Amino acid sequence: MATFGTLSSRLTETFKNLRTKGKLSPADIDGTVREIRRALLEADVSLNVVKAFTGAVRERALGDEVNRALNPAQQVVQIVNEELVAILGGNQRRLQFAKKPPTVIMLAGLQGAGKTTLAGKLAKYLAKDKHTPLLVACDLQRPNAVTQLEVVAKNAGVAVFSPEPGNGVGDPVKVAKASIKYAIDKQHDIVIIDTAGRLGVDAELMKQASDIRKATNPDEVLFVIDAMTGQDAVATALAFQEGVDFTGVVLSKLDGDARGGAALSVVSETHRPILFASTGENLDDFEPFYPDRMASRILDLGDILTLIEQA
Amino acid sequence: MAERTPWSLAGALRGLRGRKTIDDSTWEDLEEALLVADFGPDITEALMAQMRAQVAKYSTTDPEDLNRMLREALEERLAKHDTTLKLSDRPAVVLVVGVNGVGKTTTIGKLAKFVANSGRSVVVGAADTFRAAAVDQLATWAERAGVDIVRPQMEGQDPSAVAYQTVEWAIAHGTEIVIIDTAGRLQTKSGLMDELSKIRRVIEKQAPIAEVLLVLDATTGQNGLAQAEAFLEHAGVTGLVLTKLDGSAKGGFVLAVQERTGIPVKLVGNGEGIGDLAGFTPHAFAAALIG
Ligand SMILES: Nc1nc2c(ncn2[C@@H]2O[C@H](COP(=O)(O)OP(=O)(O)OP(=O)(O)O)[C@@H](O)[C@H]2O)c(=O)[nH]1
Ligand SMILES: Nc1nc2c(ncn2[C@@H]2O[C@H](COP(=O)(O)OP(=O)(O)OP(=O)(O)O)[C@@H](O)[C@H]2O)c(=O)[nH]1
Ligand SMILES: [Mg+2]
Ligand SMILES: [Mg+2]
Repeated sequence: MATFGTLSSRLTETFKNLRTKGKLSPADIDGTVREIRRALLEADVSLNVVKAFTGAVRERALGDEVNRALNPAQQVVQIVNEELVAILGGNQRRLQFAKKPPTVIMLAGLQGAGKTTLAGKLAKYLAKDKHTPLLVACDLQRPNAVTQLEVVAKNAGVAVFSPEPGNGVGDPVKVAKASIKYAIDKQHDIVIIDTAGRLGVDAELMKQASDIRKATNPDEVLFVIDAMTGQDAVATALAFQEGVDFTGVVLSKLDGDARGGAALSVVSETHRPILFASTGENLDDFEPFYPDRMASRILDLGDILTLIEQA
Repeated sequence: MAERTPWSLAGALRGLRGRKTIDDSTWEDLEEALLVADFGPDITEALMAQMRAQVAKYSTTDPEDLNRMLREALEERLAKHDTTLKLSDRPAVVLVVGVNGVGKTTTIGKLAKFVANSGRSVVVGAADTFRAAAVDQLATWAERAGVDIVRPQMEGQDPSAVAYQTVEWAIAHGTEIVIIDTAGRLQTKSGLMDELSKIRRVIEKQAPIAEVLLVLDATTGQNGLAQAEAFLEHAGVTGLVLTKLDGSAKGGFVLAVQERTGIPVKLVGNGEGIGDLAGFTPHAFAAALIG
């Protein structure tokens, strides 16, 4: 895409200039940090995070490690990359399972983020590992969310618990509660609860999510966020953290060309790890989250590192 | 309904308001407010330069003046295009497109109701034959809006065939407005984007397309621009719909989209209910943005 092309080349230019100089002056570093700031903003990293991040990079870049380096420019890029990966993957981990089954996984997020699709992906992934997941239809709000989950369950080849028709009929907290008993009776070792999309500012629906959580005591609450999200990512993530509190993050729609700055913002502001990346509409488009890949994606660093090596 | 934050820059600009004179920190606050509203670094820079020039020209030191000048500048930039929906053809065919989960199907439900309320006959076409239960979802909206629906004749039918049959149905029944739902698709998937071009061509065999509406989600950041450019190229977009403005996101990226593509915002969505749709008025929009 045009914007990113010029962005990438702009950064490359700056780094190239740095390279020919050998030693970096504070002014050089300020110029570079300005470009990095801009790149992060273009990538939708939230402004607060951008400030903290560029501050940290600037400090390290002015330090000894850069001035002693054979190639200071490369060293700066290295620092940027390291700092990004550190934030993104600082507390990387896998799914937590209950000591005594069933393991309960609850999904939450804004409207259209990709929760229902993720429910199917998780179920399919866990079923491959000999688990016996049960999908639970607790979105009784969005038109035909229940039907959608039933189709998704069928496609994933797993069971679904959908006692209420939805479309405004039924109590999601009751369904969630009943699903645990049902899972124990039918010996499902994993329960995945799909919930309605809700806005961070919608106090009533946020309370409902929190009630679902209280009723089921989940081992994981996964906050699903669209990789295309802009500056609102942090406000929304903080609202969900306060409202339901989540244990991990799933980044969806990473199959597009969004830089995904939301990832950096959310992890840095909520201190919750990203567990998975959702990368398509099909149920197999799902993988563990790789912080290093995400870092180069956000700043387009992959390209820049190779360009600097060639220069 | 629960309490809702109105769509406004007001919160971010509050600091600016409390100040007695325009100084460095005023400019910092202004820049922050614009960036946080997702205007993006380019438009933010341009607006900042424009404001600095105006403040110098009128040699004002009052932050209130700056605030007013910003609102006027935004309004002027937003108002460069005609924002009315063109639905005078008979039938008037509206094709609704966009990336996944932005609110296409919901917008169709609302628009169908809105148009039906003004006494026009409407049929919606369920040409999203891919996503799980998409047809049922549209059928629920059609029922709520009290309009007709043309469904696929079999599961997974070619979406352009459904689009064709919907227009054919409208012509046969004398229905005035046709609104066609399509599957969400990321703009980077060339096969799926080509499919949209095909849907267009197939419809045009029977009737000209009155509007191609690209639905954009207000929570989106700078990727909204890439979306608009790609959908413009492949689907010939004529208008934008900005959804989910009832949340905390500001949707400032639409200004860049509008300026880059020349395509106006025509509708805004501000809720999940059938009545939560409004026409786009630059004045109200800019005023709401500034607060
Ligand atoms: N390209 C792409 N599309 C996705 C991905 N995940 C979900 N989608 C699509 O995004 C749209 C919304 O997905 P859903 O799973 O219905 O999202 P949701 O969060 O359950 O939505 P609500 O229940 O309405 O809040 C659908 O068209 C999905 O096919 C992904 O990783 N990549
Ligand atoms: N808060 C709010 N939610 C909305 C608005 N418009 C749509 N939604 C919700 O967003 C989610 C996705 O809406 P859909 O209409 O299914 O979106 P879509 O673009 O058709 O999705 P796909 O067909 O899967 O690509 C649903 O949960 C809707 O209720 C809006 O203006 N405000
Ligand atoms: Mg859902
Ligand atoms: Mg749809």
